[in-house]
Amino acid sequence: MPQLTVEEVDHIALLARLNLSDEEKARYAHQLSAILDYAAQLASIDVEQIPPTATVLSAHNVMRPVDEAGCSISREDALRNAPRTDGASFEVQATFTDTD
Amino acid sequence: MTIEPRTLRAAREGLRAKRFSSLELTRHILQRISQVNPRLNAYLTVNEEEALQQAAAADAALARGEESPVLGVPIAIKDVLSTRNLRTTAGSRILESYVPAWDATCVARLRTAGAVFVGKTNTDEFAMGSSTENSGYGVTHNPWDLARVPGGSSGGSAAAVAAGLCCAALGTDTGGSVRQPAALCGITGIKNTYGRVSRYGLIAYGSSLDSVGVLARDAHDIALLEGVISGHDPHDSTSVREPVQDYEHNLTGDLHGLRVGVPREYFLEGMQAAVGQAVQQAIEQLHHMGAIISEISLPSTQVALPVYYLIATAEASANLARFDGVRYGLRVPGADLVDTYRRTRGAGFGSEVKRRIMLGTYALSAGYYDAYYIRAQKVRTLIKQEFERAFAEVDVIATPTSPTTAFRIGERVDDPIQMYLADVFTLPCNLAGICGISVPCGFDAAGLPIGLQLLGRAFDEATVLRVADAYQRQTDWLTREPGIS
Repeated sequence: MPQLTVEEVDHIALLARLNLSDEEKARYAHQLSAILDYAAQLASIDVEQIPPTATVLSAHNVMRPVDEAGCSISREDALRNAPRTDGASFEVQATFTDTD
Repeated sequence: MTIEPRTLRAAREGLRAKRFSSLELTRHILQRISQVNPRLNAYLTVNEEEALQQAAAADAALARGEESPVLGVPIAIKDVLSTRNLRTTAGSRILESYVPAWDATCVARLRTAGAVFVGKTNTDEFAMGSSTENSGYGVTHNPWDLARVPGGSSGGSAAAVAAGLCCAALGTDTGGSVRQPAALCGITGIKNTYGRVSRYGLIAYGSSLDSVGVLARDAHDIALLEGVISGHDPHDSTSVREPVQDYEHNLTGDLHGLRVGVPREYFLEGMQAAVGQAVQQAIEQLHHMGAIISEISLPSTQVALPVYYLIATAEASANLARFDGVRYGLRVPGADLVDTYRRTRGAGFGSEVKRRIMLGTYALSAGYYDAYYIRAQKVRTLIKQEFERAFAEVDVIATPTSPTTAFRIGERVDDPIQMYLADVFTLPCNLAGICGISVPCGFDAAGLPIGLQLLGRAFDEATVLRVADAYQRQTDWLTREPGIS
């Protein structure tokens, strides 16, 4: 059975942008290993010639019939649920630092 | 004056015949909610003020002679569906104070048709769960036994319908989240074909699997609601232009010549005996009513569970990336932007949501993508093809909805795989993108309801509704009620 290490869980948590407590890391290492072990039964199925299904629909690209401007939500509505705004934009910390 | 409409139709007839007004009916429902909801926790938000305004407007419309299947009728909405100016939490603390600026399309259609929105119902966080125990706002209790779960994730909607706290409710179904709670609460619930009802405004979990559904007392009520919410929506490119069938007109009660397939893989060794017996008896009943029963095989059934949990969690890990504390919801400030994201998400998401995001991120990460995610999508193709072959031979497929009746609160929370098994009979339908309905078909020795699942071809809701309605005309399971007051 594949046993995820706490280091691997740490790496996935970084990719997923999640802060986890030590207790959560240990628990998820155990539970995710059990789930992946359960999922390992898929490895025995012959899918060599089988295409993957990403959607059950046959339409893949749906275009608007005409490309024209419609109405969208107001700035006020767009900002009304934001944790921090300056009244005109979302306020966030800097994405890049001087060293970037 | 008595106001005890048991069905949406009875409510509508009472309103038309002026036995009660929409205001009286709405006040009655709100009164029941304040009396019963503290014990059930079916509603997260009660929409009293707006509901009374909607009811008054509906009474005026009724007086003008306007008509619609839901005009003036109290409806509940699962809290993963956006409601304009009404708090929508998705059962998550990360959205505790989120108030959408727009309606989901299914909600907008009900609003236009004059429905009264009495409140938002509890759900597993982001619809991830089979018991509502993953809600950030406490579990919903099953009206038949308060120590048991109502199923999930649409457990709040199912409990509200079963306990008479609304006339019908909207739910969503990604792996069984309408049908399984409908079964565990002794009511009727439909999962629509993927693309039949717009997903616009549904807070996304697994985008290739999510669908909007309806929970109501019986199939006839569902047929009425389906006519209102179904159809193409330019806001959702995966909603289709396929014409909407006339569901109510199709409720003929006639099953002569109907071909019913019974897949042997859906009757497991370990399942509750009473469930298997009740479902077999229901299939007998369909036979007595003129249906032709045959055994079929869907060999990939047993691998649907791991396929589902790889695909759904992969999609969830991408969908839930939007909850980053920037545009809406909780923000927990950190040392830098990435730290803010991590603290916000670590604090705002509950443990099942984090578990699924972790699993999905893993399945999509370099080195594992082909082995897990792509392989799961290939097996999904096999599952879909098996259903297509089966539906060349039969018109509907009859199975149990859930392998057990309602389980005890807390019984499965520490064992994710045991919890996931609650959906073993419902999730192949989502993988194949077809439609399905759960109808009450009996009770176990403890008096807990059992559900019969009827699966239909893509865009053939009319047939599953016809079969469910015909069965309900000939059986009296719906006359038993949980009796919570």
